[in-house]
This record gives sequence, C-alpha cells and structure tokens, in this order.
Amino acid sequence: MAVFNEISPNASAGAKLTNWFENRFPTAFDAYRVHMSEYYAPKNFNFWYIFGSLALLVLVIQIVTGIFLVMHYKPDAALAFGSVEYIMRDVPWGWLIRYMHSTGASAFFIVVYLHMFRGLLYGSYRKPRELVWIFGCAIFLALMAEAFMGYLLPWGQMSYWGAQVIVNLFSAIPFVGPDLALLIRGDYVVGDATLNRFFSFHVIAVPLVLLGLVVAHLLALHDVGSNNPDGVEIKGPNAPRDDKGHPLDGIPFHPYYTVHDILGVCLFLMAFTAVIFFAPEAGGYFLEYNNFIPADPLQTPLHIAPVWYFTPYYSMLRAITSEMVYVLIACVVLGAGFGVIKGRMPVIFKGIIAAAAAVGILLMLNIDAKFWGVVIMGGAVVILFFLPWLDCSPVKSIRYRPSWHKYVYGVFVVNFFMLAYLGVQPVSPLGERLSQIGTLFYFGFFLLMPWWSQLGEPKPVPDRVTFAAH
Amino acid sequence: MSDTPIDSSKRTWLIATGCAGAVGGVATAVPFVSSFQPSEKAKAAGAAVEVDISALKPGEKMTVEWRGKPVWIVRRTPEQVAELPKNDDKLADPKSLRKPDEFTPPYARNEQRSIKPEYFVAVGICPHLGCSPSDRFSSGAQPSLPDDWPGGFLCPCHGSTFDLAGRVYKNKPSPDNLEVPPHMYLSDTRLIVGDDKKA
Repeated sequence: MAVFNEISPNASAGAKLTNWFENRFPTAFDAYRVHMSEYYAPKNFNFWYIFGSLALLVLVIQIVTGIFLVMHYKPDAALAFGSVEYIMRDVPWGWLIRYMHSTGASAFFIVVYLHMFRGLLYGSYRKPRELVWIFGCAIFLALMAEAFMGYLLPWGQMSYWGAQVIVNLFSAIPFVGPDLALLIRGDYVVGDATLNRFFSFHVIAVPLVLLGLVVAHLLALHDVGSNNPDGVEIKGPNAPRDDKGHPLDGIPFHPYYTVHDILGVCLFLMAFTAVIFFAPEAGGYFLEYNNFIPADPLQTPLHIAPVWYFTPYYSMLRAITSEMVYVLIACVVLGAGFGVIKGRMPVIFKGIIAAAAAVGILLMLNIDAKFWGVVIMGGAVVILFFLPWLDCSPVKSIRYRPSWHKYVYGVFVVNFFMLAYLGVQPVSPLGERLSQIGTLFYFGFFLLMPWWSQLGEPKPVPDRVTFAAH
Repeated sequence: MSDTPIDSSKRTWLIATGCAGAVGGVATAVPFVSSFQPSEKAKAAGAAVEVDISALKPGEKMTVEWRGKPVWIVRRTPEQVAELPKNDDKLADPKSLRKPDEFTPPYARNEQRSIKPEYFVAVGICPHLGCSPSDRFSSGAQPSLPDDWPGGFLCPCHGSTFDLAGRVYKNKPSPDNLEVPPHMYLSDTRLIVGDDKKA
C-alpha cells in the first residue's frame, strides 16, 4: 500500500477532500502529474502541433454524436435508408447530430493527414519514437476501417456499391479470396447480413480497438517525450535541465499547452461548424449525391468513387492494369539486380534476394492484375509502418536537411493530391497514365528513401531548440 | 529464486496445460468465426426465378433479380448476332475458355454465349469488382468508348467493356467474361433462371 497521508485538521474542506481521494486512488493523481502538469513538452511547438489534440477532439465528437445517432438508426436493409432520413427530418435537431457525425468523418481524416505530415516533416517517427509512429499508423488503419463500414450504414447507392467493390477486393486474393469475401458479406451479395455486421463493427468493435490504440499512442509518446520542429531531444542525456531535473527547453503540458490548444480548437470549430451549417455535403465530397438515392442492388450509379479520403489509394488500385504489371516486374528486376550487384552482403543473402525476385515475378505473371492492384493499394498504407527504418537521414527535422529535400516532400504532396483528384474522376486514358506515374512516385519516395535521404549535406543542428520568448 | 533448480516435471505440466488451454481457445473461436458465414436463410434464398419474356422486343433488355443479383435478358437483333464473330480478335476470351465451369455453362459455350442465339442471359455483375455494367447498345463513337464500338456494355466503375455476348475486351480490368447463370427454357416465352437440371 502506498503512503497514507494525514492532513491537518485545520485544512480547508477542499484540501481534505483531495487528500481523502488521493489516499484512496493515488493512480489518478499520478496520471495527472505524468501526463498533464509534469509532462514537459518542448516550448518551440508551432501550429503543426495542434492536429494531435484536434484528432482527439474529433474522436470525442464522433463518439458522442454516434451514441445519439444509434438511438434512432435502424440497422436493417429495409429500414436503414428511411431511418437516416427520419433522423434528418423528424428527430428534433437530428440533422445537426447527423451532419456533425458525417462532417466529423471527413474532419478526422483532414486532421489525421496533417498530423501525419507533421511527423513526416520533423522526423517524429525516428528513434526512439518508432512505436509512437507504428501505433499511429495502426490508428490510421482502424480509422479507415471505421469510415468504410460507417459509410455503408445510410444504405444509399454509394454505400451499397462502394461496399460491393471494396469487399470484392478481398475476393481477388488467390485461393482463399472468394470464401473470405463471403465471410465478410455473410451473404452472396452485400445485403442485410452485411449491413448488420458492419453496424456492429462500426459502433462496438473498431471504436474499442481505436480507443485502445489511442491510449497506447499517447502512453508511448509520453514515455519517450514529444519531438519538436528542430528535432532536438529536450530530454536527452546532455540536454540542459533546471535544478529540479526538468528540461530547460520544455514547459508543462498543463496549463501551457492546454490553454494554447484552446486557440486551435476555437479556429477548428469555426471551420467545422461553418461546414456543418453552410455546406454539410461539401459539394459532394463529404456526402456524395448518389448516396441520397436508396441502395439498388440491380443498378450501379453511372459514376462511382469512394469518399475523398480514400481516393489516393483508389487511384493506385485503378492504376494497376495488366500493362502496369509488366512495369512492376521491371521494377522488381531492377531492384533485385541492383541489390545483387551493388549490395555489400554475403552471397547467401544475394541468393535469397534473387530467388525471392524470381518467385515474385513468377507470381506476377500468373495472378490477375486485379490482385496486384489490391496489393499495391494495401501496400501504400502498410509501407507507412516501415518509415522509421526507411529514413536514413543523419538529421530528423526538415529544417536541417539539405534544402532540396523540401522539393522532394513538395512533389510528394502534389503527387498525393493528384492521385486523390484522379480517384474522384471517371477512368480516362490520360488519367490512367498519370495515376500510374503517381503510383510509381509514391512507392519510389518510400522505397528509395534509404538512398536519397542520405544524399546531400545536412545543416548543423543546434544544441538547444530555436525559441524566441514572446 | 534464481538458484532454485528447475522442476522439470512442473514445467512439463505447465506446458501441457498451456497447450490444452490454447486448443480450448481456438475451439471457442470456431463458432464465432463460423457465425460470419451465410445463414441458412441466406443459403435458402437462392431459389430459381421464372421469367416471362414474351413482351421483350428485339434490341431490348430486361432485368430480373436472382440471388440478390441482377440477371439480364437481352433480345439481340439478327444484325447484332451477326456482328458478334467480328469482335473476336479484340476480346480477351472470345471462346469462353477461361474458368468455363464458373462463368459459362456447357450449353452457352458458343459464339453467342447463349442457348438461343437471339436471347442472351447473363448476371449483370462485372467480374472485376462487382459493379453492374451499363447498357451501351448503340454502335459508334461515344464518351469512354472506342470509335468503332459495335454495341455492348460498359462498367462505370473501372471501365471494363463487354460485347453483346458479355465477352470482355482485351486489356481491361475485368479478367473474365460476364457470368452466364444456369438457365433453361420452359417454353418459347418462359425462361427459368437459376436451374438447368429439371425436366
């Protein structure tokens, strides 16, 4: 048992009450100190550091609005579409709760994409924060599953055909694919059984996993400490500390950053509510027009596209045609050939590389392009998990990388936007070529990172963070 | 603790109970995973559908629902039937040789992929990722299609094109032709979809 503190009988009632609780539940008080009042965060955070807090805020908005939506929603293929319209028209303020939830889904992805890009800019995934990054990538994956399954629930045309396409992706896997797709759908086509299980996953299973991962993400972050725009360790062995051992370049998260984040929260809520009240469909990007037509299993809408946050990956899926598979084979041959000829490693490893490449090429020639499209789409997300080991730059932050690295990241962003745009558009010959080039660049950016991130002369990294008192 | 000798018989029992527990855990998972399978009700819903095709005029298409999927019945004009062999060199699988057991029943393994040359019966679901292709029966140049388009189907999702016998064109996302469901004629105007064994 922990130490039991007696308090002076003359103490105030508030102090007595606090003491009473602290003696009985010290864990809560320790947690407050470790994660809030004595969690020292670097004092040089810039605006990029708001998006983590905002992601947490959006998570809360989604959970609260979701709880209220479930009170009126009916997960039944015959009733679902009508119950969503009922929420929109007949439930008092139901439209607001529903629009908060649907806008929240897009806001979540905007905030999370910016949060991830911040990590990319300042090398926040580098040692010792690899696990923070990996938990974050897992959150991103869970978020994608959550968004995809949630999109089926209104049971509109886009819900239905989007789910049909994505579930059919799994059937492209050789041997087990068709049975796996059947297990996911629970029927031979997307139907009532699919709607019910997606509802269960959307409101129970995935949110639980998501919350667990968020806790792991934050605990791991607070164990290793936050990175900052300079990529300088404020809690490293040589970092300057005050006489209490607190880092000189850090300030307690509470009250400094909690108050600081209120500004960001206000700005975010202004934009968020503006969308909810004035453009809840966001021109067909947040809520697609075809989704206001009830699901019809006999008729695919003339143009179907996923919601904007999935379109970069969807573009990559569509880019893999049977011609493109030959380009991928050429990439494997080049990569393996380079590794075998130039790599400095024992002969046995070279043999393994050559054999793996040969097996890969054989599979690529024998399995349909459709499967490789799925592999590329999944790989585009999975590759993020490996970022801590792909980046071999001697410095963490973009601030001290060679200047041309900024252009590489710039092209990466433009490329990502291009893929997102193409994913919304109908297929066209030019769009197909562009998305193929975009796919190659996306993977080239990551797979060649061990090489290009080491090129050039990094700028000297300061010992202390760059900070001007204000 | 560290200088206590290892009690190997205790360790054996620990491993044995651990393994037994793992087997029990896996066994418990079986019913949960099995519950993902289609229910008996879903399996039973695959009954055959009888269709009256007497009102279908040449060049028209009708759609019926079978196992939750759209099944098309297209009445092709004699000119359209005559056009079919001309497409062969542009098609990925003109003779329906790829996975015939899945996509083409024996009685439809011909140029028209049908029992009667005039009537084409197919599941209106693209084998690529399950969208329902749209009708593009009129020939000639039009958006998203080649200039020498002879008439057929275009999948709106990923651009696969099929001719009027549901055969996929080369270099398109769909690896296979449209599925021809089991079907048979009960009389000249009555068609049954989902069954080809009775009588």
